[in-house]
Amino acid sequence: MCKPLHIAPLLMAATLLASCKREERTLRQPPPASETLNTIQISGLNPGANSIPTPPSSNMYQESAYAVSEGQKLYEGYNCVGCHAHGGGGIGPALMDRDWIYGSEPGNIFATIMQGRPNGMPSFRNRIPEYQAWEIAAYVRSMAGLLPKGVSPNRTDHMNVKPAESSTSEQTPIGITGLPEQHK
Amino acid sequence: MRSPAKSASLGWRNGWSRIFVLAVLQVGLIGLQDAPAESGLVLQPTVEQNYQPRQYQGQLEPDDGQWVRPAKDYASTRYSSLDQINAGNVKNLKLTFTFSTGMTRGHEAAPLVVNNTMYIVTPFPNNLYALDLTKPGAPMKWVYEPLPTPASQGVACCDVVNRGASYDDGKIYYNTLDNQTVAVDAVTGKEVWKTRVGDINKGESMTMAPLVVKGKVLVGNSGGEFGVRGWLTALDGKTGKIAWRAYTAGPDKDVLIGHRFKPFYPQDRGQDLGVKSWPPDSWKIGGGGVWGWISYDPQLNLIYYGTANPGPWDAEARPGDNKFTAGIFARDPDTGEAVWFYQFSPHDLYDYDGVNENILLDLPINGQTRKVLVHPDRNGYVYVIDRATGEVLSANAFAPITTSRGVDLKTGLLQYVEEKRPITGKVVRGLCPSAPGAKDWQPSAFSPRTGLLYIPHNHLCMDEEDLQPNYIAGTPYVGANVRMYNAPGGYGGEFTGWDPVEGKVVWTNPDRFPVWSGALATAGDVVFYGTLDGWFKAVDAKSGTLLWQFKTGSGIIGQPTTYKGPDGKQYVAILSGVGGWAGAIVAGGLDARDESAALGFAAAMKDLPHYTNKGGMLYVFALP
Ligand code: HEC
Repeated sequence: MCKPLHIAPLLMAATLLASCKREERTLRQPPPASETLNTIQISGLNPGANSIPTPPSSNMYQESAYAVSEGQKLYEGYNCVGCHAHGGGGIGPALMDRDWIYGSEPGNIFATIMQGRPNGMPSFRNRIPEYQAWEIAAYVRSMAGLLPKGVSPNRTDHMNVKPAESSTSEQTPIGITGLPEQHK
Repeated sequence: MRSPAKSASLGWRNGWSRIFVLAVLQVGLIGLQDAPAESGLVLQPTVEQNYQPRQYQGQLEPDDGQWVRPAKDYASTRYSSLDQINAGNVKNLKLTFTFSTGMTRGHEAAPLVVNNTMYIVTPFPNNLYALDLTKPGAPMKWVYEPLPTPASQGVACCDVVNRGASYDDGKIYYNTLDNQTVAVDAVTGKEVWKTRVGDINKGESMTMAPLVVKGKVLVGNSGGEFGVRGWLTALDGKTGKIAWRAYTAGPDKDVLIGHRFKPFYPQDRGQDLGVKSWPPDSWKIGGGGVWGWISYDPQLNLIYYGTANPGPWDAEARPGDNKFTAGIFARDPDTGEAVWFYQFSPHDLYDYDGVNENILLDLPINGQTRKVLVHPDRNGYVYVIDRATGEVLSANAFAPITTSRGVDLKTGLLQYVEEKRPITGKVVRGLCPSAPGAKDWQPSAFSPRTGLLYIPHNHLCMDEEDLQPNYIAGTPYVGANVRMYNAPGGYGGEFTGWDPVEGKVVWTNPDRFPVWSGALATAGDVVFYGTLDGWFKAVDAKSGTLLWQFKTGSGIIGQPTTYKGPDGKQYVAILSGVGGWAGAIVAGGLDARDESAALGFAAAMKDLPHYTNKGGMLYVFALP
């Protein structure tokens, strides 16, 4: 039906993005999905051990304003916006606040996108390429003010429905350990 | 006739101007750049100056003091002939018993009462509780748990609500969010059958209350924001087998359009309009769900129900009239054949679903008694339609309107206002009514003693920016940024006494928030409804004057019902439990710093979390 038609712009964006990325000096690759999915933890209980903190997973994309803005476009293109609005939530929970059911670290969000979550979060595993999921994860964090101001989007091309990500004050996440999580 | 300004202030109680100032201050504090557009109103409701109660001359179904169907009777009056509780004594109404559902999402269902048992359907996970009314405190008899898949919560556009059940032939019938229609033995609570009728991976869900007509269970799907293909399905009440299915769009054979189809207006006649009034293949994902109410006229042997908005909201993606969405079908319940159709909002631009209730009445129109249906639509008009032919007899504004100039009674066409047409990539402001309409699902009631229709409704406008949508099955297919706000006057809702013959407002009670509960009319000349901040109210059926109110634990979006208990006393029941589209900000813990949250409804509901908290509870009242 109109699937192929509508997905075309996304593919184009992907190709464009790939070519742009060569121009960037970044050589680091995002962590492989398997590694991320093996190390992320969504419980603060560690039987037999004393509070081992969740290993923070890195996401190089959150250091790049370009990648974050790509993440923003993909967030709309893959219809995240339909369920989470511009971070305020709707069908799915708000993503701009300090409440995180499944964790706020980049790896947590990457896993949420890829695996889905039981109460209605779709699994995008076969739909979103990994590097795009990392870009989206970076953008999602910017909505809660968890990225440095310099890389967070500071304007929108659309109707202004909320303060820009770059002027959103940091919403110190309540982590899955029950303690505020550490991040830069 | 009054000037618009005066009619808007009709019925204001002391303190409304103060609330208005507060609301203005709030908007100021949030500091968003776009001030609500308060000008450009095209239409305001007209106020009736010399209302005299007009006794209804038609017949209503005999009343046995139970409540077995969602809207009480097939005509959908939500009127009970019980009169123990009346305008004089309602002030003594006392709480008799309560029952916690243990759930925190929106409770929209009507409590049913059959054979001294009360039946309650909860929001997802859609448990069915039976309470024994013969024992003090109405203890639980049993609970039936259908265990719908949790993933179905992802495809419910506007909270995981359920609008209730229907009783027939010893069984309780209702729908689960994950598209199963179930039949449960009313005595034992055992499942009799369960039929899957839809698929969450196509974006389908189910929230409506079935109606049982001649042994057929009539059910429809939700999902106009997910690109579903809307349908109404009839299941055999005994076996759960599908008897027929009528799609909203597509070729005539799918829509069950055949030789009996005789729409009143020429624009609804023609071959395969359900395909031709769309871009190629768009009808397959064009919405038009059937998630509202169904009425039935046994004499004409016709059922009436509305179809939902076309998808996506971005109307430029679907040029054409988008038949047969945002309209009303009359069908033969035995075969499903379409008999007539009328489109309230051709090529809908504003999410104006046509699914609201149809109250079947015989009214004097121009000196002649006509068999009509009365339908308060999202687009802002109360339609009076000849229910045998589909001819529109009148259509009068019951809320502020900027998006249209009226309905042409010759052609039946809604007169859209060109400057208010949403354009892809452009913000269009001051659109009234807003996306949930002048009135959403919240059903009205009719009293034959006053001749009035009691309409719970919204008083909202919006700004909208349409965007090119992207169809991915199972995810939202909307294509719009929306922000809602109160219509001029500074309040979000109203409860209105409406004269369907004159097409005028007799009285109206403004409320801070949209009135998102159903209405109940009684022979005691008391009308009941609830507010989003949790007040359950009884008002005088003639004047709207508040006679009694009770503050429940949470916002009310349920449907009040009344019944005669085993002790011969009259009881009034209501589910409290905020949620639904309007209350999603509380039920879903949304963050209103983003005004587009809950498809833009959060913007208008920023204050609600200060007024109420979530939690479902049944309240039942009686005189001491
Ligand atoms: C069909 C609706 C829907 C779509 C589309 C959707 N989500 Fe979700 N999302 C949900 C729901 C519902 C939940 C809550 C799931 C749960 O609690 O089990 C959720 C949860 C999440 C969470 C976890 C929040 C927390 O507190 O831990 C994140 C992050 C998230 N979604 C991001 C996204 C992103 C990014 C996209 C687009 C790639 C997306 N979602 C698309 C419905 C959706």
